[in-house]
Amino acid sequence: MHLVPRCYLEIFFEFVGCRVINKRLVYITPLILAVGLGFILYTAIGKDPSHLETARLDDPIPAFSLSSLQDAQAKVDQTALQGQVRLLNVWATWCPSCRTEHPYLMELASKGVDIVGLNYKDERDKALAWLSSLGNPYSLDLYDPQGRFGFDLGVYGAPETYVIDAQGFVRYRHVGELNERVWKAQVEPVYRALLQGSGKLQGSEPRGLK
Amino acid sequence: VSQLALIRAKSTSVADLIVGVVFIGLLVLGSATSVFASIDAKEFSSEENRIVYLDLTRELRCPKCQNQDIADSNAPIAKDMRDQVHLLVEDGRTHEQVVAYMIERFGEFVTYKPRVTTETYLLWYGPWVLIGIGVLVAFLLSQRKNARALNLDKSSQAHDEAKSNESAVNSDDRETKRSKIAELVNKYDD
Repeated sequence: MHLVPRCYLEIFFEFVGCRVINKRLVYITPLILAVGLGFILYTAIGKDPSHLETARLDDPIPAFSLSSLQDAQAKVDQTALQGQVRLLNVWATWCPSCRTEHPYLMELASKGVDIVGLNYKDERDKALAWLSSLGNPYSLDLYDPQGRFGFDLGVYGAPETYVIDAQGFVRYRHVGELNERVWKAQVEPVYRALLQGSGKLQGSEPRGLK
Repeated sequence: VSQLALIRAKSTSVADLIVGVVFIGLLVLGSATSVFASIDAKEFSSEENRIVYLDLTRELRCPKCQNQDIADSNAPIAKDMRDQVHLLVEDGRTHEQVVAYMIERFGEFVTYKPRVTTETYLLWYGPWVLIGIGVLVAFLLSQRKNARALNLDKSSQAHDEAKSNESAVNSDDRETKRSKIAELVNKYDD
């Protein structure tokens, strides 16, 4: 009696005759579509949906004129970010992730990585107190209380860390906490390549220098 | 008695009216809050500028919160963007110029209405291509159906004999099929 289902199948196929091929196509088409869609969705798994393109990538740092945290009278502009491969770290005292990443910035600075700090939409006194109590990993402390330079740079949330080449071009941006994992996997390769290429990545001339 | 009824009717209609007014008021409030939120008590030199500003704040997307326009978002960056849009519009920049300004800083992501570029051709024209394919397929299928109906018509008129032969063959065929099926059914029935 276990043959019954097969028997009915045979009757069915006998009955529909040559239309079997078409029927099969009709059944298989949704399957193919579903598998295709599944593949597309599968490739998106693990991608960070909050990751945005960096609009300023391979562009020069936008022009700015800011004071430094230590000297309200100082006038610092974009030329201060040229001449050497370095990091630009956007931070603020109101930003919890900035506190989390601070020890790692200290470690990088002690290893000889040049980091410029951009204090973003903050208060001078609070920022200075933070630096004196937690240590200052920055070779230069830019002070941007209104976030004007940050806005031109495309900063949408602290902390953000940019890799700037010797010509003052943005070569990489990381949004969020900079820690050892992120440094090793994403930022350091770009940084090292720039150092070795004396400020030039193979195959990508800075746009404005042609 | 009639007077009492009249008073009662009046009072209920007044109550209805109050309820109605309150209800409509709530509706208006509910729909207007998002507009109020986006205005931020900003001053405009002209009504056109206000309209351009409102359009822009609904078209520009907050980079931090992702699924909100900047009119709708309370994120600090959305407020900065609203302030900047206001400044630029009052400065005489056009809608397109402000959108370009924001894209320059925050990328194509920032607009809910992507520009037409080679990267967005699929996005803009893909649906139309699909609709075109659908219409084409529907058209071809209907054509084929028509052609078949026409063929049947012709054959029934012009080739009566041939057709009767054919149908005889067909009915023969059907007979053999039927007997085959009966055979199979019998075979497995017990």
